Amino acid sequence: MRPIEIVTQFLELSVALAAAPLFVGWINQCRAWLQNRSAPSLWLPYRSIRRLFHKEAVIAEDASRLFRLAPYIVFGAMVVGAGIIPSMGTRLPLTHVADAIALVGLLATARVFMSLAAMDIGTAFGTLGARREMMVGFLAEPALLMVIFVASLISATTALPAITEHLATQTLGLYPSLAFTAVAFLMVLLAENARIPVDNPATHLELTMIHEATLLEYSARHLALMEWAAALKLFNYACIGFALFIPWGVSTRGSAPAALFASLPVLAAKLAVAGAALALLETVSAKLRVFRAPEFLATAFLFAVLGLLVHLLLRV
Amino acid sequence: MTALLHSPLAACLTLLALWGLIGLAGLLRPRSLRYVARTLFPLGALCGAALAWVAFASLAARPERAVLIVGLPDLPMHLRRDALSSVFLLLLGSASAGISVFAAGYFRRGHGTSAGLLCLQYHLFLASMGLVLLADDAYAFMVAWETMALSSYFLVTTQHGLGEIRRAGFLYLLMAHVGALALLLAFGVMQGGSWQFTFDAMRAAHLTPVWASTAFLLALFGFGAKAGLVPLHVWLPEAHPAAPSPVSALMSGVMLKTAVYGVLRVSFDLLGGPQWWWGLVALTLGLFSALYGAVFAAAQTDMKRLLAWSSIENVGIIFTGLGLAVVFHGVGMSGLAALALIAVLYHALNHSFMKSLLFCGTGAVLHSTGERNLGRLGGLIRHMPWVAWLSLIGVLALAGLPPLNGFVSEWLLLQAFLFAHQVPQTFVNMLLPLGAALVALAAALAAYVMVKFYGVIFLGQPREATLLRAHDANVLERIGLVWLALGCVTLGLIPAQVVGALRAVVRQVAHVDLPNPAAPWWLLEPLPGRLASYSGLAFLVAVSAVVLLTVLGVRLFYQQRVRHAAPWDCGFARLDARMQDSAEGFGQPIRHIFEPFFAMHRELPSPFDRAPRYRVLIGDRIWQRLYEPLGSLVQRVADSFAVLQQGRIATYLLYSFVTLVALLAVVL
Repeated sequence: MRPIEIVTQFLELSVALAAAPLFVGWINQCRAWLQNRSAPSLWLPYRSIRRLFHKEAVIAEDASRLFRLAPYIVFGAMVVGAGIIPSMGTRLPLTHVADAIALVGLLATARVFMSLAAMDIGTAFGTLGARREMMVGFLAEPALLMVIFVASLISATTALPAITEHLATQTLGLYPSLAFTAVAFLMVLLAENARIPVDNPATHLELTMIHEATLLEYSARHLALMEWAAALKLFNYACIGFALFIPWGVSTRGSAPAALFASLPVLAAKLAVAGAALALLETVSAKLRVFRAPEFLATAFLFAVLGLLVHLLLRV
Repeated sequence: MTALLHSPLAACLTLLALWGLIGLAGLLRPRSLRYVARTLFPLGALCGAALAWVAFASLAARPERAVLIVGLPDLPMHLRRDALSSVFLLLLGSASAGISVFAAGYFRRGHGTSAGLLCLQYHLFLASMGLVLLADDAYAFMVAWETMALSSYFLVTTQHGLGEIRRAGFLYLLMAHVGALALLLAFGVMQGGSWQFTFDAMRAAHLTPVWASTAFLLALFGFGAKAGLVPLHVWLPEAHPAAPSPVSALMSGVMLKTAVYGVLRVSFDLLGGPQWWWGLVALTLGLFSALYGAVFAAAQTDMKRLLAWSSIENVGIIFTGLGLAVVFHGVGMSGLAALALIAVLYHALNHSFMKSLLFCGTGAVLHSTGERNLGRLGGLIRHMPWVAWLSLIGVLALAGLPPLNGFVSEWLLLQAFLFAHQVPQTFVNMLLPLGAALVALAAALAAYVMVKFYGVIFLGQPREATLLRAHDANVLERIGLVWLALGCVTLGLIPAQVVGALRAVVRQVAHVDLPNPAAPWWLLEPLPGRLASYSGLAFLVAVSAVVLLTVLGVRLFYQQRVRHAAPWDCGFARLDARMQDSAEGFGQPIRHIFEPFFAMHRELPSPFDRAPRYRVLIGDRIWQRLYEPLGSLVQRVADSFAVLQQGRIATYLLYSFVTLVALLAVVL
């Protein structure tokens, strides 16, 4: 491992850890502006995480160890995930350990542990949330895998940094297959991160909630970890999107070490635009009934498969 | 003795014979549980471990043969051990070692077959599976195959007092024999006119492509019936749950793999290299089975039946990989054929450990609660921590999550699928990659199924008051479970070594190989230079390092105490176990999304019912559309023959007379 690799790895991890709540704050702020509300502070997510860490944890009497372990595993999975995705530089040692397929597996691990923890207490809301979370997951996961499959076919590798490098250095700017998969990916991103139209992060209504229902029994530091992990997950998904569809501006293998720091403002700009776009998308669309969520995700899956077919037909 | 040490085949045979002897020894004192269960079964487990060791040591060894003068005169038994036999013997030995130890603690006094007889059937079952893997002529193979079917039939019907179990056993026996008939025909085709039924003669016979394809399709039918490929799967969800849990583990974990062995043996060895389109048949059946099995598993309410359906899914994934390997091999892409074959063997090994682990886990649950119905379980992680935490490993492995073993084989399979578009046949090369989408869907569904399985049994509130008295597994059971769980973990953490060992097998079986690895020992990089690598060990280290750092950080900076209180549940005070999702409830989205798969019968209450009742019955459309018409057809044909049966001796004498005259007319 060369020093630049270690620097890239640690820089990416710390940027992800630090910027993930900020990204959520930014989306909330944009949403408030778009909805004519007075916006909450950009730093609110940090404050609430900090506040939660300082509280006394209240845990249900009959919670098992699994319940207390799950937040750490979910958080750990998201942090390692952030280490695999080339958000700033492609010289990441961790990507040898886990490629894009393993990244999908990692996200699935987090989801399974979250669902199991939600079922642990045995409340009505918990199992409901676990069931819905798994329902969204089992449809979103193959769609995400197909998105990655198409990018892998184009660049003949499953390592995310290599995909990014390949796509960033191509002269042909637009792949028709990637256009289809981009739509699929956007739908997966919305569903997996509990955004409108699949879920609503701002409500606690039992008829509609998915993600929040799995967290109902958590409090204090466990909840803080779960919230932080959710922010990291959104950040990770955004960075997967950048790596696949707008890979430019990332410091690649040939570039000078200083390029790594030049990629930080690029990432910030991408995140700012993506956050604003996400807020706009959430403002103009309405929440689907839970029964319609499978259709939404099946559409995403079909878009991804269509992208695959287009790639195989056109061979570009 | 020296011959034993130098010849793995002789060592294997000795161990199989020992299994037979252990079985017979059970008859000496058939009622003594201490003698049969606590002495003989652990001895059988030792034999299994020894067999695994011998097989592992001989993975890369040259093939060797032996001829045993037993059986009919002039028909000696030909035996041969090569790498393919070795890898499946390894699977048989290592999985059965864990299952036998578990069984030693599992069998108790009860209704049904006596312990000694059970011991005989169990060890005969093990030995016959070993013999299937070593047979080198059609006679020996069929004898071993039938012994396997019969001994497992008796094991399935251990609780023969129950009508439901007798019915399951009958269905199993029927399907086993339909499959065996197809195999007999396949061997008949493969001898190619030489009328020699040794496998050597079959290797030497040069069949025309049409006959070779006929033989392959017959073999696929025969072995598919044993493996539980859809639509030949109907016996599996009935028979596997009916058997005692260690036997279910053996059947699901090991016996299904003998069918995979059979297809590999026939297509790559006996028929001398497959044609590429055979792969498409296997692939299509495999993909359909994978999806069908996963969807039905999600809708089950009986924990062992759920696992049985999940076995159908995994067999589907194995056959998908096999089909892909055949396609690659047929079009001459040897490196990729090796990759897909390794994925097949890897998944077979993985499934034998994880499914055995879960079946044994359900056995422990069954013993301590007396319940198989998911609707009457729940919260067992508090009363059975050993079983619960070890089952968690199996659950995560079966859900295909890194860093456990189930992920590795699926990863390898997906890597192979990434090259499917390079197959020269147009149209096929566009449809093949879509198979990856279905594999991904089945794998994601498997995670859903496993969360349901684990969540409903082990988590939440106990759904019955009797569950509060549930006790954990006994020591022998725990040892068995730990052994199987260790298998899952080990196979997941050192994928590069496992793939290295399996390379020797595919080299010998299909004459294909992967390039030599250029990666360090802890990294799996099947195709060097392609930038696709994975390391289970480093993955585990990375995640645990982050988790540990987080735990430490939280401990260090925030030392707040934990207060235990009643569950919050949005402020609802009267929480009870009935408010959790039932197994039916958890499967509801799947029933909703995959409605066309199911034959559903709903009974809905009207608003005015005094005792409202809601019931959903789920049927298998294939059973209704295929098997029921087939059954009634057979019944009708049989009825039309019944006209001949008059019940009067004079009529029967008349039949004999007419037959005699007719025969004389032919002869003269």
